Amino acid sequence: MAQFTKANSVGEWFDQRLATNKFMKVMMTEYWIPKNVNFLWAMGVVLAVTFGILVISGIFLMMYYKPDVNLAFNSVNYTIMQEVAYGWLFRHMHGVAASVVFLVIYIHMLTGIYYGSYKKGREMIWISGMLLFVTFSAAGFSGYMLPWGQMSYWAAMVITNLFGGIPFIGDALVVWIRGDFNVADATLTRFFMLHVFLLPMVILGVIALHFYSLRVPHVNNQEGEEIDFDTEAEKYLAGNKKESKVIPFWPVFLSKDFAVLGIFFIFYFYLVFYHYSFAMDPINFEPANSMVTPPHIYPEWYFLWSYEVLRGFFFDIAGIKAFDLGLMAFGVANIIFFLLPFIDRDPEVLPAHKRPRFNIWFWILMVDLIVLTVYGKLPPTGVNAWVGFFSSITFLGLFIALPFVTKADAKARGAL
Amino acid sequence: MSDNVKRRDFLGYSFAAVAAVGGAASLVAMKQTWDPLPSVLAAGFTEVDLSNAKPGTPSTVTWRGKPIFILKKTDAMEQSGRDLVIGSDRYTVAIGLCTHLGCIPAWKDEMWKCACHGGEFNSSGVNTFGPPPRPLDIPPFSVKGTVIVLGEEGPEYKQMAQA
Repeated sequence: MAQFTKANSVGEWFDQRLATNKFMKVMMTEYWIPKNVNFLWAMGVVLAVTFGILVISGIFLMMYYKPDVNLAFNSVNYTIMQEVAYGWLFRHMHGVAASVVFLVIYIHMLTGIYYGSYKKGREMIWISGMLLFVTFSAAGFSGYMLPWGQMSYWAAMVITNLFGGIPFIGDALVVWIRGDFNVADATLTRFFMLHVFLLPMVILGVIALHFYSLRVPHVNNQEGEEIDFDTEAEKYLAGNKKESKVIPFWPVFLSKDFAVLGIFFIFYFYLVFYHYSFAMDPINFEPANSMVTPPHIYPEWYFLWSYEVLRGFFFDIAGIKAFDLGLMAFGVANIIFFLLPFIDRDPEVLPAHKRPRFNIWFWILMVDLIVLTVYGKLPPTGVNAWVGFFSSITFLGLFIALPFVTKADAKARGAL
Repeated sequence: MSDNVKRRDFLGYSFAAVAAVGGAASLVAMKQTWDPLPSVLAAGFTEVDLSNAKPGTPSTVTWRGKPIFILKKTDAMEQSGRDLVIGSDRYTVAIGLCTHLGCIPAWKDEMWKCACHGGEFNSSGVNTFGPPPRPLDIPPFSVKGTVIVLGEEGPEYKQMAQA
């Protein structure tokens, strides 16, 4: 056993046993962040806090929620909303946070794309971040099923049927996932398990990986400048704080993050108290009915763009069924962002405004995502179907064009 | 065992073998806990009397939690190999879930239209427009006079399923 002397303070007592001083240095006071960043670099902490809100509000909801097809609807809409003191608050906090978390994820992702923060050593940050996007999507979908209203039921029907498109095993796989021939009690209970246990556990693990993946390459900055973090950290520790290009994560960087967090909280609670209805679809206040499909069904706003890619292909092309085309395009749309670090052929890290062709590419992508989102909510008839088709083609085309666009930029700059 | 396999390697391989057997066995158990329960599989056979059907107006019955469309065809409606013929009457019997992604199409203007993604099926349940990849599925049934029993595979069903 190691030699222990009598501790002179509580802090020292813990430091002897857990090396808390060393731990604080590594994780906080000597974890270096560049100075040249803006408020968009605060989104990671905003997301971590929003996940915290989801966990805490979820714990309170779980104490009254009943995952049973006969009880689920009333346990949410009567027990939680009307009987439990402040039950409405926890439900609206949970629903609004689930929606807002995707808004911040998209800002966080698009910031990464704009500043090129996914390459040259930062690939694992991007890939672990995309894994978080996928697990959050799964958590969002499984949670949406729980109130067991009409939208819950039919969203579950459509999404589980997507697996039917997998060759050979599709039909059997759909029955296996549901545990029934239809979306039924077995489906609700297993998605409840996924939503309250398995997915949050996976998310926590991937968050740890995501934070750790930042450790070696460090956070990017506004100019894509390569900083020698050891040299700059020495300057800071020697007292040349003005000259150094870096600041410690705690307390300097986090103090600014908390300011952004304050503004975010005001926005978030404004939505929770005055505009919660945007996250509460009126159709979902009708109990699930397996015999009636609502006249028009659509996913929550954050899935609309990929939903529109799914249904954008409404006619057969070259002998391939419209159903399979849509499914393939949907599959590509959901994994293509994972490949971003490898299809960007520009060897340098630079913000989009210093890569003229990539800059145009980026803004076309932004506009296309907005068009897909807007038309994803409209009925797929007449001219809407064609807008959906062409914006889906544009989306796929952008990713085919990306290697050439980025290479052309690098050549023009003389970097290739 | 050759001489260059060391004792620690041997221990490692033995553990890997035990773990592989246990892992594979538990995967089987985990897969099967997600399968439909026996009570779900056994859930019933539904009898439907076709003699009261009104020509040209489809009705919907429930079988295994799914809607089943039953339409007695009028003379103006096209004939199809998918029709169930009883005496001089022709019927369409189909699972009322769009073969695209499972929404329930609604009867409108002599056809079933799906609100979700715009698919259309004619009075025989054959897909005529939009993303559905195949006609409406036919549920297994057998015929007893003017009554059909959903869930049993009769000769009429086998013949229709091939059409």
